[in-house]
Parts: sequence; C-alpha cells; structure tokens
Amino acid sequence: MEKRVTFNNRVLPYLLVTPQIVVTVVFFLWPTAQALRQSVLREDPFGLSSRFVWFENFARLFSDPLYYDALQTTFFFSFVVAGLSMGVALFLAVMADRVIRGATLYKTLLIWPYAVAPAIAGVLWLFMFAPTVGIVSYALKTMGYLWNFRVDGEQAMALVVFAASWKQVSYNFLFFVAGLHAIPRSLIEAAAIDGAGPSRRFWTIVFPLLSPTTFFLLVVNLVYAFFDTFGIIHAVTAGGPANATTILVYKVYNDGFIGLDLGGSAAQSVVLMLIVITLTVVQFRYVERRVHY
Amino acid sequence: MRVRFTLAVSAAALMAAASAAEAATEIQWWHAMGGSLGEKVDEIAAGFNATQDDYELMPVFKGNYTETMTAAIAGFRAGQQPHIVQVFEVGTATMMAAEGAVYPVYQLMEDTGQAFDPDAFLASVAGYYTTSDGKLLSMPFNSSTPVMYYNKEAFEAAGLDPDSPPATWPDFIEALKATQGAGYPCGFTTAWQSWVQIENYSAWHNVPIGTMANGFDGLGTEFTINSPAHVAHIQALADLTNDDLFRYGGRRGDSQALFTSGECAAYFNSSAGYAGIKRTTEFEFGIGMLPYWPEVASAPQNSIIGGATLWVLRGHDDEDYVGVAAFFDYLSSAEVQADWHQFTGYLPITMAAYELTKEQGFYDENPGTETAILQMTLNEPTENSKGLRFGSFVQIRDIINEELEAVWSGDKTAQEALDTAVERGNDLLRRFEDDNS
Repeated sequence: MEKRVTFNNRVLPYLLVTPQIVVTVVFFLWPTAQALRQSVLREDPFGLSSRFVWFENFARLFSDPLYYDALQTTFFFSFVVAGLSMGVALFLAVMADRVIRGATLYKTLLIWPYAVAPAIAGVLWLFMFAPTVGIVSYALKTMGYLWNFRVDGEQAMALVVFAASWKQVSYNFLFFVAGLHAIPRSLIEAAAIDGAGPSRRFWTIVFPLLSPTTFFLLVVNLVYAFFDTFGIIHAVTAGGPANATTILVYKVYNDGFIGLDLGGSAAQSVVLMLIVITLTVVQFRYVERRVHY
Repeated sequence: MRVRFTLAVSAAALMAAASAAEAATEIQWWHAMGGSLGEKVDEIAAGFNATQDDYELMPVFKGNYTETMTAAIAGFRAGQQPHIVQVFEVGTATMMAAEGAVYPVYQLMEDTGQAFDPDAFLASVAGYYTTSDGKLLSMPFNSSTPVMYYNKEAFEAAGLDPDSPPATWPDFIEALKATQGAGYPCGFTTAWQSWVQIENYSAWHNVPIGTMANGFDGLGTEFTINSPAHVAHIQALADLTNDDLFRYGGRRGDSQALFTSGECAAYFNSSAGYAGIKRTTEFEFGIGMLPYWPEVASAPQNSIIGGATLWVLRGHDDEDYVGVAAFFDYLSSAEVQADWHQFTGYLPITMAAYELTKEQGFYDENPGTETAILQMTLNEPTENSKGLRFGSFVQIRDIINEELEAVWSGDKTAQEALDTAVERGNDLLRRFEDDNS
C-alpha cells in the first residue's frame, strides 16, 4: 500500500514550496529572461543606450570561425574530462571495494579533493605546472622535456583536463562505491562458482548492473565540464594560449565581462542553454532506454 | 540565547558608535593596485584624510585592471558606482564614449571651483587623456613605460660592459648570445607583449599603429600593425625562440620569474616593475632603454605610456564632487607625486614632481630609475608616438595576444598572425564606430 501524506490545509502546501519557487524564479527564470532579452539588443557597456537588433548577435556569432573553434574545444574537453574522471573513479571504486583493512581511510582520502573549490584546484595545479616556478615543470625539464603550457596549446589543454578530472574523480568514486554496494553479493558469488574470473565477472555482471549509476554520472559530468570548470580554466590558462582552452562558458565570460559585448555574450548564453537542454533531452530519451536496470 | 542577545546588542552599539565617528562624507575609490602598491594607495588616502575632516576617502581594491573596470561598469548599471575608478589606458576610448556616465576632470574642476592647471602635467602623459582640443578627461595617476631590465652579472660573466646596455636589436641579440654562452640559458623574455612589442615598438620606431593618427582623429581608424616593419620585428622574435634567445612567459607579468630567477638575462617590462624586481632579485640589474632596429629607424623616437588614470563617475551628490576635486588637487601635489614615483617606479606625472625628485638626489642614488622618463621624453612626440586611442582595445589587445601566441608556438608566421590580428581588430573597430556614432 502506498503511503500518502495529505494536507488538510489548502494553503500550507503552497506555502511550503514557496521558498523553492522563489529561488527558482530569482536565480533561474529571471536571469534566463534577461539573457533572452539581452541577446536581441545591442548596448553600450554602461547601458546608456540600447537598440533592438533582431537576431544580429546570433548571425554574427554563427559567422565567427572562432565560435566554432570554441564549440569544438568544449566538446573535446567535456567528453575527455567525463571519460577520464569516470574511468579512473570506476577503477578506484572497484579496487577500494576489494580492500578489507583500512577501507574507510582509503575512501576518505579519495573523496577529499571534492572539497576543494575549482579556483583553488586550478591554482594548485598552476603552481605545480607553472613553467617558471612549478615543481613538476622543473622535474620535466630535468628529464629533457620542454614544458611550457603558456605557448603550447596541447599542453595547456592536457593540464586543464587533468585538473578538471582530478577534482571530479572523488564525486564519481563516491557514486560508484555506492553502486557497487548495491550489487547483490550472491550474483557475483554464483558467477565465481560457475568459474568466471574477476575480469569476466566485472564485465558481465558488475558493469551492466552499474549502468544506472554510470548513466547518471555521465550527465552530471558533462554538465560539470560544460559549466563548473570555469574556475579552473580562469585560474590556469585564462583560455589561452591562442584560445586553445577557451570553452564556451569561458567565451561567454570573456566577451561579456572583458570585452563588454553584452549582446554577443548573451546570445552565446542562449546557445549554450539550448545545447545543454538538447544534450539532456537526448540522454534521457535515448540513452536511458538502453540502460540495463 | 542570552549570550547571543547580549552580543547582538553590543554589536549594534558598536556600529552606532562607528557611524557617529564617520560623519564625514564618504568617497569611494576603486582601484587595481595590489600588493605593496595597494598599501601605498592606502597611505595616500590616509594622507588626504588627515588633511581635512569633511571627506573620508575609501580606497577599495577590486582586482586587476579589467576586473576593476568591469566592476565599476556593473556598479554603474546597478546604480552603485564609486566616485572614482582607476581605468587602464586601453579602456580610455570606452570611457570617453560613455558621455553620460563619466564626469570629465576639466569640467569637475570648473564646476567645483578647484584651482587647476592642466599644463603642470607632463605633456606626453596628459596627451594620452585629453580631447583633441586639449581638455583633460581623466586624472593621470600611475603611468609607466616599458624599459629593458638586464642582469649585470650575466653581462659581466659574458665579458660585456655591464654599464652600457646595447642600444640596437642586433647588438642586443649579440649580447644575449654571449650571456647564453656564459651559462644563462634563456636570452630575454617580455611582459605585456602587445604593449611592449607592438604598441611601444611602433612609437619607438615612429611607425603608425593605426590610421588617423593612431585613432586620435576619429573612430574611422584602422590598424596598420601588419606593416613590413611590424612583421619583420615579430618574425625576428619568433626566430629567436628557436635558440631560446627569446622565451615567452605569459601575457601579463608572469614572465618576471624567468628574469628574477636568473634564467633569462634580459627582460622587458614596465618601469613600474622596478620595486618588485628589486625585491625579488639577488643579483645586480641595470635598466636600459628599449633597443631599436637601425633598418627601421635611424634613431629611436620616444616610447608611450601604459598604466591608468582616475575617472570620475556621475550619479553622486554635488557636494561629494567637491571632495573628489580636493583629493585630485592633493594627489597632484609635487610631494605626493614624487613620493609615489620614487616608491613605485611609475613616472612622475607633473614636471614639479620630476624636478623635486631630481633635487632630492633620487636618480643619483638609484641609477637607472631615470631611464623611463628620459625615454618617454626623448623627442617631441609625433603623430605615431603620442599614444593610441582605439575603441574596444581591451578586447583587441587580447586578439593581439592570441595571435602572437600562435606565432611563438610556431602555428603561424608573423605575417599570417598580424594579418589576422588586423582583420579581427578592424572588425571590432567598425563595430565600436557603429555603436558610438
């Protein structure tokens, strides 16, 4: 039998959801409306004059080759970060699941990086890899490898990918560990009795049973890489060198707050919003169906 | 519960007491001076506050130049703007165009009846910030010009004369090869590449950065930084990277550690970097003028400034602006200026401050510190060396940075990169023209 809470008072339920609705309106709906409005305006930075330009901002955006570069960079960055952080987290989770002594200690240590704010994580990595003072760059140099991510776009990309993934591994790890706990021991034991080795047991039982977790994490990680990595990019490379690490959300910031091109920046936000909506819909519609529950 | 209540009451009492003490009108000054410069700014504000009781000047550090400018603009849009904001020189055109938002300094001085002599300022500094009919728009504050810092010990080790820095690029490159042979792996590095290697390079060689007198004559200006003289220079630098005679270390001042650690033998940065370099180096260093290419110019012209000025924003009470004017008067006094100049390495912005510093014997005690002002005032500025005034230049500098980075990494030749920079820059200039005409 389903347990149902019923309210006798008709106003109370509305009252209880009001704070959430207020938060949604003020922090989500209102800014969205502002972005939509701004994206069809052309305005000077101080807001002294503005005029309606229809879709000129969008037209300009889609005729700008740099925008397509940023788009490409974003997709590359997001999928690599999602893949890397989930792969490493899954590996660690499977390993940690088998540890018997000191398991809590391992888990705590692995979860730790999640508590670090993106900007701080960025600065940490920046210090280690700074071409002039970084300890890792120094080590690389003694090994004869010239490390200078201020010039080399591929190195810069690798650095932000590692920094962004490192931060997300903890989060993924947590969910994978929980997912592993939910898999019935009896299934694995039965397979073992039937003679399946550890790797076969993993691929035929554990991995498919983890797929809801994996799917959920894929969405979360892509959204993370799209938006929450701003702090890391800003602190480490500032989108450089030569735009090699300029992802869409960084370009929004750069054009809007540095370049003071508010209309163009708002148009980019709108496009970004559409991309994320599409991505989420596609994932829930098509990918989720094939997930093995 | 009781403890908390008591705390709240005493906090309220404290606040009431504090606000009673601060009956003076508050003047907000948003600035971008971090570290020891920020402390000096606080000192200047404290000095001004000590001279009178009517106004309380409150300096607030808002991050780097771009962040400070953006904060002030966002503040203006929200009706929370400061009275005074420090804006870097490349933001000048944007501020000038915002006629309803800024309160031009000449007008402020007129309206408040503050005695003010615009001719007291160094022409090459004030010229950057005046209208074409000579009216001062913003208050010069911290201006600097790029100079060449070089490691004297490296020069000595290489058998060069540590007291005569090379004057031309060919000599400079020869010297760097010698220091490299003496165990200093990297030749030179540069900070603020667009400012030093493009903008100042142009002025120093008397070649235009853009048409219409570098943009001073109107919004219809176009960039000319893909001229043969520019391409030759950037390509020469790109070729030097192959032998590590030039090493790129980042867009802003990030490259400083390459010089102060002793890795690079020479370094181009703002004359205002003096205090910081002096504090972090363990070797003796010298300051020289920028080198020039003899095939481009038979002799150097003069360098141009960078740095920032103080802009006044509208939207406050008339009475507040009297305080702002009084502060500007205090700020431009020879004593304050000379102290600021000697402490920071920024240029003295008035002739009187320069004379005072000379009288005090500062240049004799600190050899090299006069280089910047000598270089700035080497010749009467021409159309090409007066400064520059381009709309959206904050963004355009980033474009130049991006394109130069593509050259250093070997992705583009100097010609390709500068052509693209001109094309992308002109695109923004047209947009700015369209928005402001």
